[in-house]
Amino acid sequence: MREPMNDGRPIFVQIAEHIENEILEGSLEELGQVPSTNQFATFYKINPATAAKGVNLLVNEGILYKKRGIGMFVAEHAREKLIEKRKKTFFNDYVAAMLHEAEKLQIEKETLIQMIEDGQK
Amino acid sequence: MTTEIKADHVSLRLGNHNVLSDISFQLKGDKIYGLLGRNGAGKTSLLSLLASFREPTEGTIRINDEMPFENDRVMNQVNFVYAKDQSNETETVKGMLEFAERYRPNWNAEYALKLVKRFKLPLDQKVDALSKGKQSALDVVIGLASRTSVTIFDEAYLGMDAPARSVFYEELIKDYAEHPRCMILSTHLISEVASLIEEVMIIDCGKLLLHESVDTLMSHGLSVTGPAEKVDQLTSGLHLLKQQQLGRTKSVMIYGQLESGRRAEFESAGFELGPIGLQELFIYLTEHEGDEE
Repeated sequence: MREPMNDGRPIFVQIAEHIENEILEGSLEELGQVPSTNQFATFYKINPATAAKGVNLLVNEGILYKKRGIGMFVAEHAREKLIEKRKKTFFNDYVAAMLHEAEKLQIEKETLIQMIEDGQK
Repeated sequence: MTTEIKADHVSLRLGNHNVLSDISFQLKGDKIYGLLGRNGAGKTSLLSLLASFREPTEGTIRINDEMPFENDRVMNQVNFVYAKDQSNETETVKGMLEFAERYRPNWNAEYALKLVKRFKLPLDQKVDALSKGKQSALDVVIGLASRTSVTIFDEAYLGMDAPARSVFYEELIKDYAEHPRCMILSTHLISEVASLIEEVMIIDCGKLLLHESVDTLMSHGLSVTGPAEKVDQLTSGLHLLKQQQLGRTKSVMIYGQLESGRRAEFESAGFELGPIGLQELFIYLTEHEGDEE
């Protein structure tokens, strides 16, 4: 079982991100049912209200939708939407941090590009 | 029906000592509340008023609009689980469960037995022969299986080892999710319950220091690290809980709602920003002069 949410950021944000990752990686399929907030709460040992807050974050973004009395489902095109959203923050989240570290280590631009090419092979 | 607890200007004096002074709050709805406070802050005294073990010296407590003290209707719906001395309790585990069943209208015997198994409690053993940790586990079983509308766990984990506490938290969340009710956890193991509770009350020296949702409280804490001079310059005038310096790097903990734009200002200054955990917030909010060194 994964560690409970404890990377310091608000837990509901981490719950939302966890669901996003599951959708991006394909373990949650579009139109498929998402575990209930109570299941999330029990699994991660967090307050059900917190789990609900994370789920609602994604409902507001149109990633999940609620079927009354049945549960929560992944929306159509959710994966596409998430890819677009994550692409926007990719530079800040990953590239900027990499460039910063590379600068500290005096790694040349050409070496960096080489590393990326090697890594993609 | 959801539970509502209301404390209105409650004070408690024992002898010449003001144990609680002028405490007012409202707990609305079936949530999991955390009651935090340092040793001697008055946590158990406050909880014993809610459990109608005592009457306030001044002010009133109301649970669903009724005064709890010596009131049967309220009392069998409030369960106060605390570490009591059970060194002379010759009743068996089974006997204790049967006793609880008689007094708790919402008792679920099947659930109680399931919990007994999870905590590996021997049904035929006498309570005084159980280890402290097992005694606490039995209290927890009774507390959960009673399914009272108000369930108070006052350091109920005493003596329980880490795996047993983990079972306790898991069962608590599971049962709360299925049967929402008002639960109050009073604890010193703050980091263990931080993700379980929805609202937190901190009492300090008999007074209510704050009552907030955990999310709100956490959003009021921010740790900022950067070059000392710049940190001093950009954080002056803010409420700082703690300052630490290592070489030329300074780290401060800011408390309070920041004006919009302030965070961006820190970010563009290249500061490292981070959250402050509930436990750390608690430590510095209840720190008094002379505590350090």
